Amino acid sequence: MRTLAPEGTATVRTGLPAGDEHEIVRRLGRHPNMVEARMFGVMWSEHCGYKHSRHTLRRLPSGSPRVLSGPGGNAGVVSIGAGWAVAFKMESHNHPSAVDPYNGAATGVGGIIRDVLAMGARPIALLDSLRFGPLDDRRSRQLAGGVVAGIAGYGNAIGVPTVGGELLVDACYRDNPLVNVACLGLVRADRVATAAAQGVGNAVLYAGARTGRDGIGGAAFASTELDESRERTDRASVQIGDPFTGKLLIEATLEALESGAIVAIQDMGAGGITCAASEMAARGGVGMAIDLDRVPLREAHMRPEEILLSESQERMLLVLRSDDAPRVAGIYRRWGLSAEVIGHVTAEPRLVATLAGQIVADLPPDALADAPAYVPEPRRPRVLNGEERRPTARAAVDPLDALLRMLRHPDIASKREIFEQYDHMVGIRTVTVPGADAAVLRVLEAPPLGLALAADGNARWCAGDPRRGAALIVMEAAANLACVGAEPLAVTDCLNFGSPERPEVFWTFREAVDGIADACRSLGVPVIGGNVSFYNEAAAAGNGSAAAEGARDPARAIHPTPIIGMVGLVEDVSRPTRSGFLNEGDLIVLIGSGSGSLGASLHDVLIEGNIGGPPADPALGDTTRAIQLVCRAVRARLVRSAHDVSDGGLAVALAEACIMGGIGASVTLPSATQDHSGPPAPLDWFGEGPGLFLVSLPAEGLPALEALAAEHGVPCGAIGTVGGASLSVLASAPTGVDSFTVEVRVLRQAWDSLEF
Amino acid sequence: MRWGVVVFPGSNCDQDCMHALRSVMGQSVDAVWHEERSVAGLDVLVLPGGFSYGDYLRAGAIAATAPVMSAIRDFAEAGRPVLGVCNGFQILTEARLLPGTLVRNARLRFRCRPVWVRVESSDTSFTAALPEGTVLQMPIAHAEGGYRASADELNALRAAGRVVFRYCDREGRVLAEANPNGSVDAIAGVANARGNVVGLMPHPERASEGLLASSDGRRIFESALASLAARAEPV
Repeated sequence: MRTLAPEGTATVRTGLPAGDEHEIVRRLGRHPNMVEARMFGVMWSEHCGYKHSRHTLRRLPSGSPRVLSGPGGNAGVVSIGAGWAVAFKMESHNHPSAVDPYNGAATGVGGIIRDVLAMGARPIALLDSLRFGPLDDRRSRQLAGGVVAGIAGYGNAIGVPTVGGELLVDACYRDNPLVNVACLGLVRADRVATAAAQGVGNAVLYAGARTGRDGIGGAAFASTELDESRERTDRASVQIGDPFTGKLLIEATLEALESGAIVAIQDMGAGGITCAASEMAARGGVGMAIDLDRVPLREAHMRPEEILLSESQERMLLVLRSDDAPRVAGIYRRWGLSAEVIGHVTAEPRLVATLAGQIVADLPPDALADAPAYVPEPRRPRVLNGEERRPTARAAVDPLDALLRMLRHPDIASKREIFEQYDHMVGIRTVTVPGADAAVLRVLEAPPLGLALAADGNARWCAGDPRRGAALIVMEAAANLACVGAEPLAVTDCLNFGSPERPEVFWTFREAVDGIADACRSLGVPVIGGNVSFYNEAAAAGNGSAAAEGARDPARAIHPTPIIGMVGLVEDVSRPTRSGFLNEGDLIVLIGSGSGSLGASLHDVLIEGNIGGPPADPALGDTTRAIQLVCRAVRARLVRSAHDVSDGGLAVALAEACIMGGIGASVTLPSATQDHSGPPAPLDWFGEGPGLFLVSLPAEGLPALEALAAEHGVPCGAIGTVGGASLSVLASAPTGVDSFTVEVRVLRQAWDSLEF
Repeated sequence: MRWGVVVFPGSNCDQDCMHALRSVMGQSVDAVWHEERSVAGLDVLVLPGGFSYGDYLRAGAIAATAPVMSAIRDFAEAGRPVLGVCNGFQILTEARLLPGTLVRNARLRFRCRPVWVRVESSDTSFTAALPEGTVLQMPIAHAEGGYRASADELNALRAAGRVVFRYCDREGRVLAEANPNGSVDAIAGVANARGNVVGLMPHPERASEGLLASSDGRRIFESALASLAARAEPV
């Protein structure tokens, strides 16, 4: 029997905290050797191990009758009916994008596509949620430009359309840009792939691109604060993507899965071969013997830990019967990819890696794959952002001037300059192109079904109150889906926070998770997977050490930024509803019971200069009913257009409905005196709150809508009519807004002014 | 009619073309692998969009040397209809089956958006059923769509009516602001001398159904059917 070489010693370091190192020795009953230490260093990084989040994430609801595969797999899978299912997952690539925006973003796209592919699904759509510092800042512009180019460069070439997303700016993201990408895939419900290795003696097949020295230790890098002074050396931790190989990998893998020979499959992303092999073995309760001499390499003389931990892109690991291996390898080779049997499944649960006849690592897979979980002590910050500087009296502003400023703001302005750089049509499934409330894709395989996608986040709300804010974001995503007649199927989340080792950050994290859980329970929608990105706080230049902790400028940590991706089912995609007003003479109806709040609103940040109070109460019961009403009204074709009230309040929602429809409107703002049968009131012109919708419909359709609204117990009432070339607002006391009229052309000019 | 859609490694509109032809147009369609040496039995060939061979080196440059290209060349020289869409157009120019070349867009960026083109010649296999002056709405999605050709080539193209499509506005006016990529003379598509090989940057397969904002692209495929039918009729 060959023995481990070199043997482990007490002087070998993993780079992990002392507590983790003790735990490793306890689990192994010995010290790890140098190769093993590096493997633990990556697998027990926050990025791979979810050490500080795993416990808290259990608070999220993850079940529904539609869930075929929940959290913990490569991507969650839910049934959409007609024998089909979707795989859905969002992931962050924040740190790599900060160092190398183009490649960081590109490989973020590649990684999430492979997660969905590993479920046996054909990737059919991408969404991107981006956060940068203000775009008048040169560095932020460069980062934003590089990230968008990277997403375009990879997504366009690989042939998966980027159908939607969002971009928000705030000073807190200047040194910590966020790049979250979600992917949706389509799979037959009875052909969902698994990642649990099974069958002693089965072959372990490596397929895809060759292994190089790029991205070594990338997961560990993603789990620390960024340090500007290390930018040059960190660059080696960023992987380089090749969308051409990625495209071949998709086609070859789908063909391989179609052959029926694949027992288990996982992509090799963070943690490379180590992560894929240990997780697959741990899930199956088996072991694996891996011969590193057989791994296809890009360069000679790679060290064992480099081969084991390389995060070279576009690679998959498969388990299949030895007899089937030549046939499946042949499929990959026909597509011009490498495919080699590099090992086999063993009965004893050990991951044994050999190189040149020597055992270089010999570890229990579950010791690697199950990092210890920590539950830090949460501590409520003494002062929440929203409580800091509550404005005593808001300055009197000209409502039209404020509206135009908001339409010009990057959070609101048209992102046409960005989404036209993305191929959002390839695949010919895109029924509603970017810019609407939600993207709508048709399911070519099962007409007339459609899928709606939304990605939402709002760090202002979460800074004001993380629990309310996170719940409001989930409600907003569901509201976006309702506007296109989609019933929510599943949520994937990407939770971007600072260091969880700071009790205040951990408290905001736990509050946000609770907010997501509250809202998902109210809507009855499960969270089927996602990703946590901690340590989004750039260390002040030159002092990345823990000793500098106390001296850190708090402004360098991001606001709590949970991003929600939501997929919904459209029953009949053949007549999509629009966000913009459509027909001269149609009635404009305001639906919902929320009253909106200026707390944590764009208005207060932009006009008052601070967050100024907590956001609106999510009012989960009322909001859920309003969302269900709108979804039903759209499905029943009771309305011609539907748009939810969100950032910038009713003012911005009205302007957007005019701009998108290319037609004007005359509205009378509802006053506080109207009773429950009328429009919801009182209403702040710029107030942001959940469960408010603007719909338009022919006048004769109003009774049917009112009847449906009464059935749901949701207020609704007409506030004006569609028509003309201007938006005219007649204000009645006490909304505090002066009446005004503005040409839609002027609104559009402001809204379409984002230079990118 | 039997259509062939050529699949190069990195093609990504091949399945979209097959869907449009098979499910929308009701045609029989074969995928033609880039290593094939023969295209026997096929009546029309489509080279789809995408990033063949990653578009490394130059868009379409490597695909132009693929094994299947000699069979395509023979097919074209026999006067049979060949349509290149987007990357397919780039490949046909790289293979010199069509004149000119396609360079980076004027703004150096990938652009995906609807455009309008005006039919400038009905004298090709893919515009036979489209009267000159017809305005079609189809999307573009490319980074290298700026058409360029030498002055002599351009003069020859214009004189022979081989400029097939020009970018225009909704009303059919050829205006600078309607040109999405800086193509010379607003050229969106050209034909070979016999009119059986046509390349264009916009995607007809993405505009073949009412649900996709436009179904104008269908008329290009219908033209191919009409011209093949006309050829098949005894004189």
